[in-house]
Amino acid sequence: MRRGVLLALITGLLLPWIPLLIWAVSRQWRYPALLPQQYSGRGLRLLADPHTQILHGLLTSTVIAVTVAGLACLIGFPAGRAIGLYRFRGRRIVQFFLLAPVIVPGLAVTLGIQVFFIRYGLSDRITGVILVQLMPTVPYAATMLGGAFANYDIEYERQARMLGAGPVRVLLTVTIPLLRPAIALAALFAFLISWSEYVLTLLVGGGQVQTLPLLLFSAIGSPDTNAAAALALLVIGPPLLLVGLAARTLSNRSSATIGLARL
Amino acid sequence: MSAPQAIVAMTRRLPRWTRILLLLSPALLVVGVFFVAGVVQGVAQSFGYQPFLPGYQLSFDAYRQLWTDPAVRASLLLTARVAVVSTFSAASLGVTAALLIRRLGRSRGLASGLLQANLAVPHLVGALAILLLLSQGGLLARLTHAAGLTAGPASFPALTADRFGWGIIAEYVWKETPFLGVIALAALSRGIDDLEKVARTLGASRWQQLRHLTLPLLAAPVAAGSILVFAFAAGSYEVPYLLGRPYPATLPVVAFQGYRNTDLTARPEAMAVAVLITVLTATIVTAYLTLVTRLSRRTI
Repeated sequence: MRRGVLLALITGLLLPWIPLLIWAVSRQWRYPALLPQQYSGRGLRLLADPHTQILHGLLTSTVIAVTVAGLACLIGFPAGRAIGLYRFRGRRIVQFFLLAPVIVPGLAVTLGIQVFFIRYGLSDRITGVILVQLMPTVPYAATMLGGAFANYDIEYERQARMLGAGPVRVLLTVTIPLLRPAIALAALFAFLISWSEYVLTLLVGGGQVQTLPLLLFSAIGSPDTNAAAALALLVIGPPLLLVGLAARTLSNRSSATIGLARL
Repeated sequence: MSAPQAIVAMTRRLPRWTRILLLLSPALLVVGVFFVAGVVQGVAQSFGYQPFLPGYQLSFDAYRQLWTDPAVRASLLLTARVAVVSTFSAASLGVTAALLIRRLGRSRGLASGLLQANLAVPHLVGALAILLLLSQGGLLARLTHAAGLTAGPASFPALTADRFGWGIIAEYVWKETPFLGVIALAALSRGIDDLEKVARTLGASRWQQLRHLTLPLLAAPVAAGSILVFAFAAGSYEVPYLLGRPYPATLPVVAFQGYRNTDLTARPEAMAVAVLITVLTATIVTAYLTLVTRLSRRTI
């Protein structure tokens, strides 16, 4: 009974991958055949075809996601330090303030400021897309690093300073190394959020900034299912690789996964 | 002393409050500029305000239209249904999965690895996979045909682009069950074994253990996660757009399509829908925070 239920759950988890994988490597798969009439690597070859702009999209997505991850950590780090290390009046309000954008849908909020992106020349550009993606990622990084700072022993910093280390040296040789797992996870999640973002990129990028999710969205709407399925495989590659690398750190930090609800 | 060192040394001597504010200011600036301004502008524009355009008139018209528009009413109903059904299904399946995976021996790591891998998959990819599985020409329809249950694509029930929203629900459940499962698994690994041992020595049956110990311990973290899932399901655009039908569509689809309408007079109503989504989820944020507060007080 137990095994049966678990098996059913795992089957449900894996089942949707089967048609996706088959479509990615088939040429012709007409209803009602259970297996394709013809297999082909055309869908996968299209990924490297310069006409499809997919390689360019891969580059755009990577540049945006890496920049967003870096900036989110850079901005979230000091905020996390303030929330985690200090007990000050209004701390709860700040925490609330930082959590709200994690939960309230980005679309509903961004519709109101889209005109300002146009007005200040930020729309249709990578800069604007990076800025708007800071909204869902910075609060998340700050909250997560705040949690890490709350369990952080400031005595290490005091001792280093007593031994004569300057503030920058303390930051580089004590604080950052001690918090490295948390920083890495915050960066990973910011990267993943940015990598999957569709509607904010469309709204601010105006269709001019073609990230992989935008290309995938239009591929899903096109009749070429093989191409869409192959592109979907490319899109999940980097996230799966990164989560695989971080698997160990991940399983030790439950609270970290909260942010994945945004993906 | 180099320049950055001088800056850091200077901030050390700053009063406590200034230091805290300096540390917080970059993040608060981001949230203020994008989030707070976005909410304020959304509300203002729903009343007819148009930045950079002369000759706007403030009115309640958008909300009056919203109230009488049958499309919005149908949309609200669909959005609520999809969010509620997805959240409850994902929560119960996630908890079930976690309870079962916990009892596994060597394959436990593999099973939780599968859950984690699913977390990283973008919803757009999930939408395509569900489409290829559940549509009337999809894998499931082919399987029922091969089994002799359906005669053709049309006799397979419409699970995508359907009135109820089954396709949308399927995608959310597929994607969020692992999320809530991972949260439940993490909560289960925190010293719960000892408590269960105590319960067993005190003569608790398996059912009593589950009912009075394990499930209450899981309730708070899973509920907190469920609220995030609910807010996401109520506010995401691409999944209902791809797996739903144009009418009735979920609130985010209505808002986005209204906003992109070339007719600028449709904008206030689109903004009003966006405000509706924000209010709906803001209520949820409050519920979330109440829960988290209670959670942090009751530490086991």
